[in-house]
Amino acid sequence: MVADFDTIDININVGPQHPSTHGVFRMVLTVDGELVRDLDAVVGYLHRGAEKLLENQDYRQGIGIQDRTEYLAQFPAEQSYVMAAEKLGGFVVPERAEYVRVICVELNRIASHFMFMGAYGTDVGVFGTSFIYGFRERERVYRFFEELTGERMMYSYFRVGGLAWEVMDGFEEKARALLQELKRGINDINGLLTRNEIFIARTRHVGEISAERAIEYGLSGPVLRSTGVRWDVRKDEPYSVYDRFDFDVPVGEFGDCYDRYMVRLEEMRQAVRIVEQALDQMPKSGPIMPEKMPRMLRLPAGEVYVPVESARGEYGVYLVSRGGNHPWRCRVKSPCFTNLQALREMTVGEYVADSVVILGSIDLVLSEVDR
Amino acid sequence: MLGVLRSMLTTLSTTMRRPVTRQYPESHRPIPERERAFPLLLWDHGVDEPYCTGCQACERACPCKCMTVTMKDNPRQAEGTSKRRKIVDTFWIDYGRCMRCNICVEVCNFDAIAMNNTWTGIELSAYDRHDLVMDLDELLALSRAGGIVPWAEYVGEENQKLPPRAVQAARTLAGRGPA
Repeated sequence: MVADFDTIDININVGPQHPSTHGVFRMVLTVDGELVRDLDAVVGYLHRGAEKLLENQDYRQGIGIQDRTEYLAQFPAEQSYVMAAEKLGGFVVPERAEYVRVICVELNRIASHFMFMGAYGTDVGVFGTSFIYGFRERERVYRFFEELTGERMMYSYFRVGGLAWEVMDGFEEKARALLQELKRGINDINGLLTRNEIFIARTRHVGEISAERAIEYGLSGPVLRSTGVRWDVRKDEPYSVYDRFDFDVPVGEFGDCYDRYMVRLEEMRQAVRIVEQALDQMPKSGPIMPEKMPRMLRLPAGEVYVPVESARGEYGVYLVSRGGNHPWRCRVKSPCFTNLQALREMTVGEYVADSVVILGSIDLVLSEVDR
Repeated sequence: MLGVLRSMLTTLSTTMRRPVTRQYPESHRPIPERERAFPLLLWDHGVDEPYCTGCQACERACPCKCMTVTMKDNPRQAEGTSKRRKIVDTFWIDYGRCMRCNICVEVCNFDAIAMNNTWTGIELSAYDRHDLVMDLDELLALSRAGGIVPWAEYVGEENQKLPPRAVQAARTLAGRGPA
């Protein structure tokens, strides 16, 4: 009977204007019935030439561009950029500034992961609720950042050498109160999704990738850790003051969509732990900028690469200076772009409906992919 | 099935909590003192003229080139009513281009520019993007009406004598009191 039918593969275009592609991302699926035979990922719809813009702006102006390069985890992007400039210029960041940076970065990681949880629940298709829960908690973090930096999303708060201005009054109490609310929010998401049979059925053993292939692709962040590889830039190449904190690096087992979700959930709890320790250890007063900072920053010639652990993986800035007040070349190593390369391998052989779930599990930020 | 019930229990527990949403156009949430909406110019009520001398420091530091500034000789200096030799002649800021990075505030030598921390700087919708290009009068209007506290009044006389770095934090948006 089966041999009587002559089936042909069909191309389906998803995106660039598709709500499930998390931005302007286009994938062309070749489907055989319900099965995905091939996937062609098309990126570049959000290309704004951020790297070229950075070449024409001095080191302070570039921080604002970095925010826009990675609009869900802005602080890690800023941190990477200012750390690259600090390494090149040989500036020593005051301890207090380092702690404030760590607190900002970890809270930003929580906010970014909440965004993932919310959008991912919607991708799976059962819950509008998780979207609202995720956004409710993320908004708390953004309100805190708004109070701290004055801006809800595009902070430009870090400066080469330290911070732009002092933290607000009652910073510590407000941060601790925020953490209590976030813990409850994490438990909400946990209660809503983790044990839910529908959620597990949609994500368990979907979009699996092995540890070997993940390393070959050069994946990083939660996507890599879900395969069981214990690699975290914060732990393995400690930067800033991360070597002073006691935190775990959660890893998954199968490298499937469920593991990627679980790794992120556990990472949020670890981020809460880091912020709590940072608040305890933070010097109560002290400078936030080095004593001798020039008014117009000019860095010596040289090149430097500084990776940080962003919410999505290893975010790095490769800075080449030929002297002067602006970089000669600034290359952004984006974790999403690298992780996206494995999308084809994860998706081929799965159902069409799962392709959206797998894409969501990478936690895509298109502004960072295309820059 | 048990997992689904557990999820339902979570949603049930949240129905008991206070809502976090607001009926936005009717009810505005209080915005923090540091709120950085769009840049505005400050009015020196003591001399009754703008603080800005039109030195173009902000124009040069602006990452998105949204400002245009020109200066002129201050006629009131000749009269002897003002100490400023030069004063701003024209000042345009294209709010459509501004990315609210606060750099213009940091580089200003005369503390003449500030980020708007009131709701008027946020609710700025226009049918034409040319309506978002603000001229000198529009930029000064809020401060002239007393809507924005200038640094000099807020930081206080004693802090004015401290080295610049000590009051830097106060002079950026961090220190300004509620309007």
